[in-house]
Amino acid sequence: MSELLALTALEAHRAMVAGELDASEYADAWRGAAAGDELNAYLWRDEGGDAPAIAVERPSIAPVAVKDIFCTEGVPTTAGSRILEGYEPPYTATAVRKLLEAGAPILGKTNMDEFAMGSSNENSAYGAVLNPWDRERVPGGSSGGSAAVVAGGLAPWAIGTDTGGSIRQPAALCGIVGLKPTYGAISRYGMIAFASSLDQCGPLTRDVSDAALLLAILQGGDRCDSTSVGLPKAPSLPDREDLAGLRFGVPGDLTSHAFDPGVRAVFESTLEKIESLGGEIDTVALPHAEHGISAYYVIAPAEASSNLARYDGVRYGTRAESSGDVIEMYERTRAQGFGAEVKRRIMLGTYALSSGYYEAYYGQAQKVRTKIAGDFENAFDQVDFVVTPTSPSVAFKLGEKTADPLAMYLNDFFTVPMSLAGIPAISIPAGLAEPEGGGPKLPVGFQIAAPAFAEQKLLNAAYALEQGIGFDARPEGVSNG
Amino acid sequence: MAELEAVIGLEIHVQLATRTKMFCGCELSFGDEPNVHTCPVCLAHPGVLPVVNEQAVRFALRIAAALECKVAPRSIFHRKNYFYPDSPKAYQISQYDIPIAGAGRLGDVRIHRAHLEEDAAKMIHVGESGRIHGSGASLVDFNRGGTPLVEIVTEPDLRSAAEAASWARLLRETVRQLGVSDVNMEEGSLRVDGNISVRLAGSEELGTKTELKNMNSFRFLERGIEAELARQRELIEAGGKVEQETLHFHPEDGSLHPLRSKEEAHDYRYFPEPDLVPIAPTEAMLREARESLPELPAARAERYREQLGLPEDVAALLAADPETAFFFERVNGEADDIEPRVVANWVTGELAAVLRQGGKVANASDSKVEPESLAALIAMVHEKKISHSSGKAVLVALVLEGGDPAAIVEREGLAQISDSGELESIVAAAVEANPEAAEQIRAGNDKAIGAIVGAVMKETKGRADGGEVNRLIREQLGA
Repeated sequence: MSELLALTALEAHRAMVAGELDASEYADAWRGAAAGDELNAYLWRDEGGDAPAIAVERPSIAPVAVKDIFCTEGVPTTAGSRILEGYEPPYTATAVRKLLEAGAPILGKTNMDEFAMGSSNENSAYGAVLNPWDRERVPGGSSGGSAAVVAGGLAPWAIGTDTGGSIRQPAALCGIVGLKPTYGAISRYGMIAFASSLDQCGPLTRDVSDAALLLAILQGGDRCDSTSVGLPKAPSLPDREDLAGLRFGVPGDLTSHAFDPGVRAVFESTLEKIESLGGEIDTVALPHAEHGISAYYVIAPAEASSNLARYDGVRYGTRAESSGDVIEMYERTRAQGFGAEVKRRIMLGTYALSSGYYEAYYGQAQKVRTKIAGDFENAFDQVDFVVTPTSPSVAFKLGEKTADPLAMYLNDFFTVPMSLAGIPAISIPAGLAEPEGGGPKLPVGFQIAAPAFAEQKLLNAAYALEQGIGFDARPEGVSNG
Repeated sequence: MAELEAVIGLEIHVQLATRTKMFCGCELSFGDEPNVHTCPVCLAHPGVLPVVNEQAVRFALRIAAALECKVAPRSIFHRKNYFYPDSPKAYQISQYDIPIAGAGRLGDVRIHRAHLEEDAAKMIHVGESGRIHGSGASLVDFNRGGTPLVEIVTEPDLRSAAEAASWARLLRETVRQLGVSDVNMEEGSLRVDGNISVRLAGSEELGTKTELKNMNSFRFLERGIEAELARQRELIEAGGKVEQETLHFHPEDGSLHPLRSKEEAHDYRYFPEPDLVPIAPTEAMLREARESLPELPAARAERYREQLGLPEDVAALLAADPETAFFFERVNGEADDIEPRVVANWVTGELAAVLRQGGKVANASDSKVEPESLAALIAMVHEKKISHSSGKAVLVALVLEGGDPAAIVEREGLAQISDSGELESIVAAAVEANPEAAEQIRAGNDKAIGAIVGAVMKETKGRADGGEVNRLIREQLGA
């Protein structure tokens, strides 16, 4: 059985096509594996026939774990929040529908930071997710559940969402591949909104080929999402073996900042690997990128303050008892239903949009965003890709940063600029490093960013580098993978 | 104290008669069972996204063309954030700094802008107050939520309540004829709010304005503005100041009440709607909007004045309603030798009076009178084949039964008495029967002639020509 689960999703798919693997048996095997979740990574699992609206009669591709931010008809969908406890959407998100249509059963819904706000998964109303490499450490966030199930052998692959790094950072901290596609590549319809101008769905997979396969299923313009356009061409499987003739730009404006020495060592050895594969390393300027975090923490909370205003207890979700009028009912419902980080961001965002402060905060942040997008355009005139570490550190201990929101926000230092620019970026596992303070080695992610809609080129380069690095470490006790 | 001049601007919400809502596929409805026209999008379920209704954009472009507005090459939507149960997303998607239509004009009034937005859901407050405060419970009907609206904002160019009501009527007729809305004030598909202030006559500065809401008929619009102007004048004349506030008009007693602050605008925290892309109308869409415009009341009235020589009030009256205008033009086309002014008087005068009497029949085209028949009738009166009063009697028959006016004249024996001998003897008998009046006429009192004319008309059942009767009376009395 574990041999079956050792296959990547692509290998399994090839075996199904060749008639060597029964897709239903394979899906059942994964249901069995998912049932052994000790990481608090699943919030809901399909134990077989639990959700008729999302049933796949004849599976033809590996089952998928879906971040609990995607609306799924008849299946609890909470976005990690108490305020949506018991909510079962009357409709299914486009991304999930595309999976079902492709013949991929839904294994379950994965735990996440509440409304995707967080970098450690500790902001879930349903408890933190444990990192399969070290259960005292966080898996990253906000798609921490999706990263943990793939790394922990509880799902062959998963989808998540990335607003400022929420796919890439947990992928890095769990030693798997995470891709944030170009904004607009995949429909956002049915994906519970955090920050609408930044949110993007993407795959979390064991390797780059699986990411390409999942992206091919998910991508495409959608009439229900006016901001979606799809990719110019459906991605094909990457097969590039070297990096000859490709230029990789290191943004000194970001990498000159202090980060974990262990992460830096892996980053630098990866740059050497690129050169050994025929790639060229250059330095590029992203002069405004270091202000990304500041701009991001104005824009994203501003949009969130509006997106989350609908959770008022009137039409769905939890409603607080109230003896007063409707306004008091709203206030109680929201006070009880939202967690501390969500409340913090709603207040930040409400303030940033207030009359008299709008120009100084939201207006200014949008200008910075435009500047950062311009920085990347200039950089891509010189190089094919921009590369950075994905996260400044390896997985940190549970509770280590919860008291210091700013330290937590800096986890996104390397990933936020790409989100603001709307460009695609992938994190691949590049090696292991000792955490600061010592202990067993943990995975380190390497981020590659490409111009908008250049996913194919990005996947090809990431694949070649992945082959060159040959990362094959697995968490202890995980044989599925 | 110098005279205080009224300065009035209007904000008009027009519900568009599209098939579906502004941002989802739910059908529009009026009067259906509550909450049957809803979906995850218009109920604001988590994860849903709006999609702009293209028909609503086309309708808005038609309104923009009719109001001679500049159309923005790329207009954008904003979110207007506020908590209230009629707004399930807790924000309304509206247009803010770049509306689809900019400056324009209708008649004498400049249009400031017109923009697209979505309507709120309908709240029903159970309890005596009829408002959310103090009500026992509030119910929400989301059928209306998300209905496409065009909000038209005028410049403060109106100077009296009557002028405001009359211009609002012109706007309603204009929008009605575009075929983009039912424009029914009672049902709320046309809602007119007033921005009202006063200032010293001759001043250029604007006074502090109040916003007046809830006037669901033109009569109430006029009464509401009138009341608010009176209140402001009284306040200022007593040395007070007008506070900027929103007032609710109560049609039952004509009173004005400020809305509680909680129900009013605070900080809407407008920001660009990230879920939508800009509206960029194509050249073809703009052309289609221009070409689809029917002749609108203002232009039609001008044509009637200039080409047909109709007086201004008659031209405006005829032009306001397209069916009346169309009917008039057909009658006028049939009545070759008769002046348009005469035809117009028949349509706006005699015919309108008969139609009003009928009660139910409101429009000539819904009655049985054919334009050719009316033209023939007018000609008979004009040629003195029948008297004017007989003409009216024939018209009543035409409206009710239709048919040929000549046949009705024949059947009813209404033909003018053309045998002068017959009429002379009737006049002689009438003179003899009214000796007092005859004496007075001889003595030079012209007014007394009415009694004898009346007697002749009674005898002839109105078939005598009034002028001829007058002449014969004077001749016989040597007056």
